[in-house]
Amino acid sequence: MGKNVLVIEDEPNIIEAISFILSRDGWSVATHSNGHDAVGVVQKAMPDLVILDVMLPGKTGYDILRELRSEDATHGLPVLMLTAKGQVKDREMAERAGASRFMTKPFSNAEVLDAVRELVAG
Amino acid sequence: MAGLRQAELARLVGISGSYLNLIEHNRRRIGGKLLNDIAQALNVEPSLLSEGAEAALLSALRVAAAEAEAVAVELERGDEFAGRFPGWAALISEQHKRLRSLEHTAATLTDRLTHDPHLATSVHEMLTMVTAIRSTAGILVDTKEIEPEWRNRFHRNLNEDSQRLAEGAEQLVAYLDDAGDASAGMTLPLEEVEGMLEAHKFRFDNLVNATPDELSTFVSNQAQLTSDAARDMAMAVVRQLRADARLLSLDMLERQVKAGNVDPAQIATDYGVPLSAVMRRLAAVSDIMLSMPMGLVMCDASGTLMLRKSVEGFAIPRFSGACPKWPLFQALSRPMQALRQTVTMTGREAKRFDCYAVSEPIGTIQVNVAPLYHSFMLIVPLEAAGPAEAEVGSSCRVCPLEKCEGRREPSLLADVG
Repeated sequence: MGKNVLVIEDEPNIIEAISFILSRDGWSVATHSNGHDAVGVVQKAMPDLVILDVMLPGKTGYDILRELRSEDATHGLPVLMLTAKGQVKDREMAERAGASRFMTKPFSNAEVLDAVRELVAG
Repeated sequence: MAGLRQAELARLVGISGSYLNLIEHNRRRIGGKLLNDIAQALNVEPSLLSEGAEAALLSALRVAAAEAEAVAVELERGDEFAGRFPGWAALISEQHKRLRSLEHTAATLTDRLTHDPHLATSVHEMLTMVTAIRSTAGILVDTKEIEPEWRNRFHRNLNEDSQRLAEGAEQLVAYLDDAGDASAGMTLPLEEVEGMLEAHKFRFDNLVNATPDELSTFVSNQAQLTSDAARDMAMAVVRQLRADARLLSLDMLERQVKAGNVDPAQIATDYGVPLSAVMRRLAAVSDIMLSMPMGLVMCDASGTLMLRKSVEGFAIPRFSGACPKWPLFQALSRPMQALRQTVTMTGREAKRFDCYAVSEPIGTIQVNVAPLYHSFMLIVPLEAAGPAEAEVGSSCRVCPLEKCEGRREPSLLADVG
């Protein structure tokens, strides 16, 4: 079982907090904060899991996810989507784009950890 | 009855109680001295008791009935109902008006929540700050052994994020406070622009020589415009109407009108100006130069009505889609070709109008990029009865025309005589 997580999020303090929690849990964490070249970063890093924010500068998380799902190498990659919009239509959009799990901000650290463990184990 | 017993009223105006009873129940029509005497005794305007009020009430009832989809209303007995139960009829009319007003408020508020980018961004930013704070605070509380360097960094992050959250909250409260002003919010930007244009009668001749700064100041000072969106939209329209005024001065148009020429196509040819400019200008000056004001309506390529100067007898729908048979929409499929069609508007009065329509490209021409179009229609009321090339409606829901190819939804007035 791999333990590499890539966090794509543009809010530095959220990146720092998530990185800290996951590192303490034994995960190797890489981070990225831009939307427009995120797909390339994922393809290069090929992590075991991607934590992907929806609102990113340059390209939305939905578009990034759709591109990842259209590529063979990243088609089945576990992706945990983070968004500040908890509406049903946002959840539906995340599902349609191919999210493995959808998490609404604000979330607790325990929720993130549980989701990451489940997604990689599953 | 204004605190007056029926018998007393009958005595005061010198008629029998039973005759007054017939009048009250619309079985006898009155006028002249008797109408004035009754009005005086009741301390109301005679017009309130005459046809005008009754016709307005009947019209209001008909509209209310048309909108009550689930209820089968005896439309043909509206006169009888209003005659026998004027109080109940007035109540229905009042409640319908109130319903309309509440629906409008609800639509406005929904629109603001759905489409207000500032509100959406503010809430998103605040939720992001809350997430960062919650996560960081969780780390500080739950991590038993944490290096001083990390602890200090998280304390600093908490401080930063809580400050940003406080600022965001203050800004949001200020924004919502502003939006809660009585003058703001209850109208859509387009309605505010229409209110402003109406107040100036679509004429901005006094701004022909205004500098850009003076133009901005003018728009900023318009009381009807309460939002930046409305001011931006108004600025675009005022610029266009001002450009029209530069092309066709009041003197030029006055000469044409005096010579009996109000044909927009002819005026466009005479002065070598775009037809749409002549149409807008004629609509604007018709209020002061002609006996019958002209109307104007404009839409974009999606058919959305963006500008309207109403004219009596030609109902322009406010919230629903307009009649697809209007020459305005036909012009969209024949860009740059002027159309002229005499139409009658469906309904009891069936007024006749000469409609001129043209759609013209907007923006600058770019290579291999199809232009977008705006379509304009000048609505010229015709006094004399006569033939019409087409019968058009306002919108499907209130149009009684049967077997119309353009019908989008069933009419609620189909069974009205």
